Amino acid sequence: MSDLFESVRRAIAKQQNGQANGGIDRRSFVKLAGIGGSGLLLAAMAPKVLSATDGSPAEDTLLVSAELNAFVKIATDGKITIYSSNAEMGQGIKTALPMVIAEELGAKWEDVVVVQSPIDEARFGRHGAGGSTTVNRTFDQMRTMGASAREMFIGAGALVMEVPREELTAANSRVTHVSGQFRTFAQLATLAAQQEVPDPDALVFKERQDYTIIGSAVSGVDNLAITSGLALFGIDTRVPDMLYAAYHKCPAIGGRVVSANIDEIKRLPGVVDAFVVKGNGDVRELLDGIAIVGTNTHAVFSAKRKLKVKWDESQASKDSWSAMAARAQSLKGRRGSEEGLVKGDVDSVFADKNNTTLEAFYEYPFVAHLCMEPMNCTGHYRKAGSKANPGTKDELELWIPTQAPTRAYGPAKSLFGLEPEQIKVHQMRLGGSFGRRVYNEYVCEVTEISKRMEAPVKLTWTREDDIHHDFFRVGGFQSVKGSVDNKGKLVAFENHHMGMQTNGKPVVGSGFRPVEFPLQNIDNALVTHTMFDIATPCGPWRAPQSNTNAFVVQSFLDELAHASKRDYAKFLLEILGEPRWFEPGNIRSLNTGRAADVINLAVEKSGWGRAMPKGSGLGLAFFFSHAAHVAEVAHVSVDKNKKLRVHKVTVAVDVGPIINMSGATSQVEGAVIDGLSTMMAQKITMEKGRIQQSNFHDYTVLRMPAAPKVDIHFIQSDHAPTGLGEPALPPLAPAIGNAIFAATGHRVRKMPLSEEGYS
Amino acid sequence: MPTYTINVNGNDHELEAEADMPLLWALRDTLGLIGTKFGCGIAQCGACTVHLNGAPMRSCSLPVSAVGKQAVRTIEGLAGDQGLHALQEAWIEQDVAQCGYCQAGQIMSAAALLARNAKPTDDDIDAAMAGNYCRCGTYNRIRSAIQSAAGNRQAQWVNAAPEIQS
Repeated sequence: MSDLFESVRRAIAKQQNGQANGGIDRRSFVKLAGIGGSGLLLAAMAPKVLSATDGSPAEDTLLVSAELNAFVKIATDGKITIYSSNAEMGQGIKTALPMVIAEELGAKWEDVVVVQSPIDEARFGRHGAGGSTTVNRTFDQMRTMGASAREMFIGAGALVMEVPREELTAANSRVTHVSGQFRTFAQLATLAAQQEVPDPDALVFKERQDYTIIGSAVSGVDNLAITSGLALFGIDTRVPDMLYAAYHKCPAIGGRVVSANIDEIKRLPGVVDAFVVKGNGDVRELLDGIAIVGTNTHAVFSAKRKLKVKWDESQASKDSWSAMAARAQSLKGRRGSEEGLVKGDVDSVFADKNNTTLEAFYEYPFVAHLCMEPMNCTGHYRKAGSKANPGTKDELELWIPTQAPTRAYGPAKSLFGLEPEQIKVHQMRLGGSFGRRVYNEYVCEVTEISKRMEAPVKLTWTREDDIHHDFFRVGGFQSVKGSVDNKGKLVAFENHHMGMQTNGKPVVGSGFRPVEFPLQNIDNALVTHTMFDIATPCGPWRAPQSNTNAFVVQSFLDELAHASKRDYAKFLLEILGEPRWFEPGNIRSLNTGRAADVINLAVEKSGWGRAMPKGSGLGLAFFFSHAAHVAEVAHVSVDKNKKLRVHKVTVAVDVGPIINMSGATSQVEGAVIDGLSTMMAQKITMEKGRIQQSNFHDYTVLRMPAAPKVDIHFIQSDHAPTGLGEPALPPLAPAIGNAIFAATGHRVRKMPLSEEGYS
Repeated sequence: MPTYTINVNGNDHELEAEADMPLLWALRDTLGLIGTKFGCGIAQCGACTVHLNGAPMRSCSLPVSAVGKQAVRTIEGLAGDQGLHALQEAWIEQDVAQCGYCQAGQIMSAAALLARNAKPTDDDIDAAMAGNYCRCGTYNRIRSAIQSAAGNRQAQWVNAAPEIQS
C-alpha cells in the first residue's frame, strides 16, 4: 500500500504541477504522423528527464519515457502512464477507459498510472462525457490505442530477441516468445517508440475470452487521492495570488440589476472589491449579478448575505408551480392539441365494453441536481501587455469541473472575443454532476470577474446559489388511459403528456417519444401533448425523460395488470412479445429479447410471485434507456403510519460486456439509492419565478439508515458495451410504487412520496 | 483582525481571521488544507466533518474563534507514520467512492465512530453516519468498508445491509 500511496501522491503532484505550469510539456516531442479517423498522432521516442519537482524518489536517476501514442507513455522504470481524456464525475470513466487500453496493450494494471489529459481534441478526440455514451463512443478508440502500442512493443521485441513477431505475445507488461524468453515493456520502451505505427484498420483486437483486465473489479484510480484529501476537484484549485469570489444573481431567474449597496459591501472585512456585472441575458452564459471579491470564501459569502439589491424583474421568470399544477388538473382526462403519435384506433378499443379500460393522472415535480460539490470555477484572465502576460493577445486559463470542457470556448468568443488558442482549460474532477455540469455559466462569471480584477479568481457558489440557479429536471403531468382485452392482453394505450417548453422548444427532459415503451409494441396507441411555457432553466438530469416516463408508464401498466388480474411480469413479457430488435444494429433501439431476459432474471433472483406478509410487497418495473435493458424488483414494507422501508432492490441489467465490474456495480447501487432519494422527498417549486427551496434543510437527500440492500445481476451479452451512469435509475421509482401498491393497495401516482404521506 | 493559534493535525498554526470565520474556510483558504469539503454551510451534509478532540464536528458551523486549544484533525492528518488508516485502506479496497466529494467527511465520521466503538454493529454505523450525505448513493459500500476496517467481517463487496426474512 505504501508504494501505491507514494505513486499516487506523485501522480497527483505531477497533475497539479502540470496544471500550474501549462500541462504536460510536449514541445520537445517530434510529431511524426497523423493517422486515420482515430485522430491518433504518433510521437517519436522522446527522452525526457522527469524533473525533481514532480516528487519522484528517483530525482537523480535519468528516467527516459517514451510516448507510443497520445494515450500511452512508458518509462524505462516500467511505469505506464495512460491518459484519461474524459470528464470524471463519479461514473468511473477515468478508470474504465484506461482499463480498455491496458487490456489491449498487454499491460499489468499495477504498472499503470492514470493521468487526466490536457484538453486537446486534435490529439485526444472529443473530451467531455454525458448521456452514458462515453464507453460506447470511445471503446474502439481505446482499443486502437492499446493495440497499436502493443504491436509496436511486439515489433521491438522481435528485433531485440531476433525472432519472428508472429511468435511473440504481449501480456503482463512483457513481450514473451514461445520459447519462454521475454523482454519487459520497460526494456523495450525506447525501441518500441521507434517502430512503425501500425495501420489502425489492420489491428486485431483481443477476443473477450482472453480478457484479463476488462471485466475485472478495479478500484478507482483516484481513490487514494480521494481518501487522503489530496487536491483533485475543481473547488480544490489554488493558484498563487488567487482571490475568492461570490456571485449573486436575481432570485427570479433573469432579473436585471437596477442598483445595490455596493459601497457598503466594499467596506466589509475581507472584501477586496464588489461590482455590478451586466450580463447578456443568456442563462447558459452570463446573467446580471453582483460580484463580490475577497481574500477568502467566508468573507465573500458573509458579504453576499448583506447585499441589498433592487432588481428589475420585468423580463424575469414569473413561473408558478401551483399554476402549472392547476392547469394540468383542468386538462386531466382530455387530449392535448399537439399530436405526437396516432396508431390504430384507440377510441374503438376504449369503447368496447368487453375490454377493461382505466384512466389515471400522474404528476412529477421539478428536481435539482444537488451535486455535493457546489458549482465553482477558477479562472485567470491575463490581459495582453500585463505583467502576467507580456504577449500581444489576452490569455485565459480555466480550472473547470465540467462535463464539457470545450463548451467554454463559445461564450469566451462571444462575450470576451477570445479564440480557443488563447484559452487553456484544465479538466478537473467533478464532485458529482448528473447532467448539471454540461452547462458552463459559472465559467463566464469567473472570466468576467477575473478580467475585472486582473488576478486569478476562484468563484464558489453557495449551496443556495446552487439550488436557486440550477438547470432543473423538468416536472410534468401525464394523463394516461389503457385497455386490456378479455384475454388479459394490452390492446390500447393513450397518453396526454403535459410538458414544458421555452421559446417554443420543449426543454431538455420533457417529452414522450413515439419509441417510448409500449408504443412500438401495440397496435392502438395515441400520444398528444400540451406544452406549458416556462422560463425556469431545465437541463439533463440522470436519464432525461426516462426518469419520469418510466414512473408513469411502468406504474400505469402495473395498474392495468392488477385491474385485469394478471401477474405483472407475465403481462409485461406478453407486451414485449417475440424476441426482436426494432432497429437491428442500433443499440439505442429496444430489443425485446434482451428485455425479456432481464425481466426473467430479476423475477428469478428476487423470488417474485412468492406470498408476502401483510404490509409487505414486491414491485417490478422494466425500462430501456441509454442502450441498456434494466429490470428491477423492489421489496418494501409500509407500516400504519405510512413509514416506508425499502428492504432490497434486485436489479438485472444488460449493457453488454462490463468493463469494470466494481464501477458498474457502483453505478447500479448508486442509481437505486439516488432514485429512492429523489422519489422520497425531493421537489423544487417556484412562485413568481423564485425557487422556493434553498438548502439541505428543505431539500433533503436520503441518509444511510434508509439505504436498501441492492442485489445486482448482469447479463454480459455480446452486444457493444455502453455506459451505466444513468439507465439503472428510471425503473426504480415505478418498482417502488408498484411494491407499495402490493403492500398497501394504495397506488402512487404523484411524486415525491412525502406528499402522499410516506416517510 | 484577530489572530488565532489552532492546532491542526498535531501542528500549531497561527492565522488571522474574522472571529466568525468557520473553521472550514480557515482550513481550506488560509491553511490550504483542501481535503475538508464545503457542501452546504449549515451542518446538514457532513462533507466538512473534522475531529475536534476526537469528536466529529461540522467545520462549516464552528467559528475559528471557538476552537481554542482543542485539537483539530482533518482527513490530511488521518494517515499515520505507519501508513494509511484502516478506513482509508478499506475505502480503497472496496472502491467506495463514486464522485468522491463527500468521502473525506464520511471517513472522518467513521474514524470517530471506530475510535469510541471498535466493533460497531450495522445499527451503530447507521446512527453514526446518518449525518453524512452521499448524493451518489455509496452508503452500502461505506457500511461495508467500516465493518471491514473494524475486522468485523470480510469485505462484502456489493453491500452489507441485512436482508429481512419475509
